Amino acid sequence: MTTATRTARPPSTLLTLWRSTVGKKAVMAVSGLVMLLYLVAHMLGNLKVFFGPDEINGYAHWLRTLGEPFLRYEWFLWIARAGLLAAVAAHGVSAYQLSRRDLAARPSKYVHQRRRASYATRTMRWGGVILALFIVWHILDLTTLTVNPAAEHGHPYQNIVASFGRWYSCVIYIVAMLALGLHIRHGFWSAAQTLGANNARRDRALKLIANGLALMLTVGFLSVPVAVMTGVVK
Amino acid sequence: MNLTLRIWRQAGPDAPGSMTTYQVSGISPDMSFLEMLDTLNEELITRGDQPVAFDHDCREGICGACGMVINGRAHGPERTTTCQLHMRHFKDGDTIDVEPWRAAAFPVVKDLVVDRSAFDRIIGSGGYITAPTGSAPDAHATPVPKDTADTAFEHAECIGCGACVAACPNGSAMLFTSAKVVHLNVLPQGAPERSSRVRNMVAAMDAEGFGGCTNTGECATACPKGIPLPSIAAMNREYLRASLG
Ligand code: HEM
Ligand code: SF4
Ligand code: FES
Repeated sequence: MTTATRTARPPSTLLTLWRSTVGKKAVMAVSGLVMLLYLVAHMLGNLKVFFGPDEINGYAHWLRTLGEPFLRYEWFLWIARAGLLAAVAAHGVSAYQLSRRDLAARPSKYVHQRRRASYATRTMRWGGVILALFIVWHILDLTTLTVNPAAEHGHPYQNIVASFGRWYSCVIYIVAMLALGLHIRHGFWSAAQTLGANNARRDRALKLIANGLALMLTVGFLSVPVAVMTGVVK
Repeated sequence: MNLTLRIWRQAGPDAPGSMTTYQVSGISPDMSFLEMLDTLNEELITRGDQPVAFDHDCREGICGACGMVINGRAHGPERTTTCQLHMRHFKDGDTIDVEPWRAAAFPVVKDLVVDRSAFDRIIGSGGYITAPTGSAPDAHATPVPKDTADTAFEHAECIGCGACVAACPNGSAMLFTSAKVVHLNVLPQGAPERSSRVRNMVAAMDAEGFGGCTNTGECATACPKGIPLPSIAAMNREYLRASLG
């Protein structure tokens, strides 16, 4: 009797979540926060460039030996890369699918247009595309060294100096880091809203933290090309 | 006051529409925006033209019927409904653009009238409590703490006008849906169906073709009843709790 009244098996919770706008947005928020966490660590690591070649080159070597002897050489690095790739993919796919849906939900524009929302909010989509392109450039430039002919594996300090010796590399980097600051300024608070962590009392504090994080990351990342351009790091 | 109006005219759901210009004169600053449109319509009828179709009912800011976008803002320059918007907020000689709500889920029926029945279907999917009805229970039968009652009341104020959807660049109904979810989910009477309510209402909202939330906040700025933006966070919390918890 129970089986007779039971309807077809509902789709799994995770599938329902992924298919809903609220759930897909949660995937975007969690993957964004994973990348944000990584970026804070990455930025702090970059600052070692100010303490000389041995410091940052040694740090880069340590990253490869991390977890030994439990992990083998470079395993930690590859695990982190796999995690980041998953985050970028999840973030990009959910951003693309939700954007498509959002544009379809408002097919006709108003004749009377006016400026809407803040700059950071309005530039999330284009800013995201800039960041995606930057990630590709950045890997070719300082990981695989494909577009950085003067570079050598295992010598990040020298590679950084070589990369920012070219004006266009600095321009790409600066534009991308400004885009990153804007993306995080809206993104961090937005993620708190998406994951249900925001409420009337926390709203202001979360916006302040978002601005603080955005400023800290942008300034921290930009200090490196600026230091090479001004000759502080050479 | 003399005014130039540019109003969206569209004969039917599938007919093409366009902005048409009209002049109105002798408008008193004490008139409401709807009374100003009434004046225009009387003139149009006298001339033998089709009057401008617009929705209205209570004309006292509580039914939510009178939605239209005035100069690019849902319900115009003041944070109120169109029926409660007075002409003193405009200047003699102004040109005013009047358009219908724009959203895929709110198709235009005629001129400024849109079909908002998608909202009714969202409410029908869980915006109520399943309780035996009968005579009204004693007010103190189920105690509700004051701040809970205040939260519920703040959200019960939503009149389903659709300004949030009209203002949202994604045509999203998150603010509307969150108002009802929060209203009922915080109350002891709504608690037993807390999880199924939020899951069903979000599913209904998605099925109607409303967009997702990008947290731009245009909805809360436009809402004539002041439903706050963090209510959307509260609904997200309820949804994730119901789906994962
Ligand atoms: C692969 C390149 C990227 C693309 C295409 C992209 C795109 C987007 C888009 C379209 C949104 C939604 C914007 C909105 O709701 O208005 C978003 C949100 C967000 N992004 Fe990105 N983004 C990228 C990279 C990043 C990076 C590197 C971070 C790391 C900090 C990040 C963190 C966030 C966060 C935290 C959110 C907020 C999620 C939410 O609203 O709940 N994104 N991204
Ligand atoms: S949330 Fe506000 S704007 Fe949206 S339908 Fe309710 S009263 Fe109208
Ligand atoms: S006519 Fe009822 S709210 Fe305006």
